[in-house]
Amino acid sequence: MNLNALWEYANPLKFMRTTERLLPFFAVATLIFFVGGLIWGFFFTPNDYRQGSTVKIMFIHVPSAMMAINIWVMMLVTSLVWIVRRHHVSALAARAAAPIGAVMTVIALATGAIWGQPMWGTWWAWDPRLTSFLILFLFYLGYMALWAAIENDDTAADLTSVLCLVGSVFAVLSRYAVKFWNQGLHQDSTIMKVGEKDPLDPSYYLPLVVCIAGFVLFFVVLVIIRTNTEIRARRMRALLARERLG
Amino acid sequence: MIALLIRDLRLAMRAGGGFGLGLAFFLIVVTLVPFGVGPQTGLLSKIAPGILWLGALLACLLSLDRIFALDWEDGSLDLLATSPLPLEGIVTMKALAHWITTGLPLVIASPLFGVLMSLPQAGYGPLVLSLLLGTPALSVVGTFGAALTVGLKRGGLLMSLLVLPLYVPTLIFGAEVARRGAEGAEIATPLLMLAGISAGVIALLPFASAAVLRVNLR
Repeated sequence: MNLNALWEYANPLKFMRTTERLLPFFAVATLIFFVGGLIWGFFFTPNDYRQGSTVKIMFIHVPSAMMAINIWVMMLVTSLVWIVRRHHVSALAARAAAPIGAVMTVIALATGAIWGQPMWGTWWAWDPRLTSFLILFLFYLGYMALWAAIENDDTAADLTSVLCLVGSVFAVLSRYAVKFWNQGLHQDSTIMKVGEKDPLDPSYYLPLVVCIAGFVLFFVVLVIIRTNTEIRARRMRALLARERLG
Repeated sequence: MIALLIRDLRLAMRAGGGFGLGLAFFLIVVTLVPFGVGPQTGLLSKIAPGILWLGALLACLLSLDRIFALDWEDGSLDLLATSPLPLEGIVTMKALAHWITTGLPLVIASPLFGVLMSLPQAGYGPLVLSLLLGTPALSVVGTFGAALTVGLKRGGLLMSLLVLPLYVPTLIFGAEVARRGAEGAEIATPLLMLAGISAGVIALLPFASAAVLRVNLR
């Protein structure tokens, strides 16, 4: 496949046409994976012998936490594309993704707190992972606030892109600084260790993977809808402005 | 560039309270803390390093909007941008001027505030050292925030939201140096990390600040 063909989708019209043709498929797939994965996870997996049924919070907690980080990475990539090649679709996609990422961060923190209350005996601890997620949430808030504060679209896209780049560096720095600052309560990720000596049992692993796929698809659907809405809103504004002039 | 630095310093002095205001704010924070948590010496000396670092951070934050706002309003920022000086150099000089007017007085006066907070004897050296190494990073990061929000009418609150998360690594390592010093522990590791952050930030962030300033001046 010719990779250069990808840049054709920088054309808003082409992007909209293609994504809207794909949207129904994504939506159906989301419905199957998201709902199916959650039902499988909640009702058809055994209780953990120590954690009881609270272990099932993992089917929301793990995918939302992964998405919270991955969405920021996606924003970083689209911001870079905007800075380097100045495709408007790219900047709009970053803008569309930010609130979803913020919500994913909140979901991860909230489900973590609900799980932590019976398991750790506390809603919140200043654990490195929890703290860096709180900081990530602050970065999302700042990014969205900057988008909202600036009237000129291109200026806003430029400034938020640079903020996203600088913020990424500082988010990684904070992640390791926080590790240095306090000891951890949160366990390490198990999902990358499947296949090693003591992996996650397949009865949990499979529905978890389905749930993760569901969250990714859900994100894709939302970003497509939000980006296309923003493109239409801009076009409408341009039309109105032209009418006022003419 | 030196001329620009001297001009900024002179403006800060003549505008009144360039040097004093940050210090006065720092003093107020240090005065208010015992009212909030109680005057027990043991408690105060335990939280002193953290409070002193937080106070320095807030004093730094409050004076950030002065870096570009006045020059933006009267148009001299446009003149500076069209001058033969590279914008990166201008931004660095602005940050340096901000550090000399806010950071440096805090560093020099911090032992005095340490006395007020009944900081343990061993903590004075590390506190001054950590502030000396950390406040330049605060000024440079703050300059980036000020450059981001220079065109906005009420950018102050937004700037705090943008800048404070960026201060996290500096604060963690700076306060860690001061805390370990006060407890008489080894300070080399966090001190080196703090120095690394400051050096990296001073070397790289002016490019980002200049880039966003160019966008804002468009």
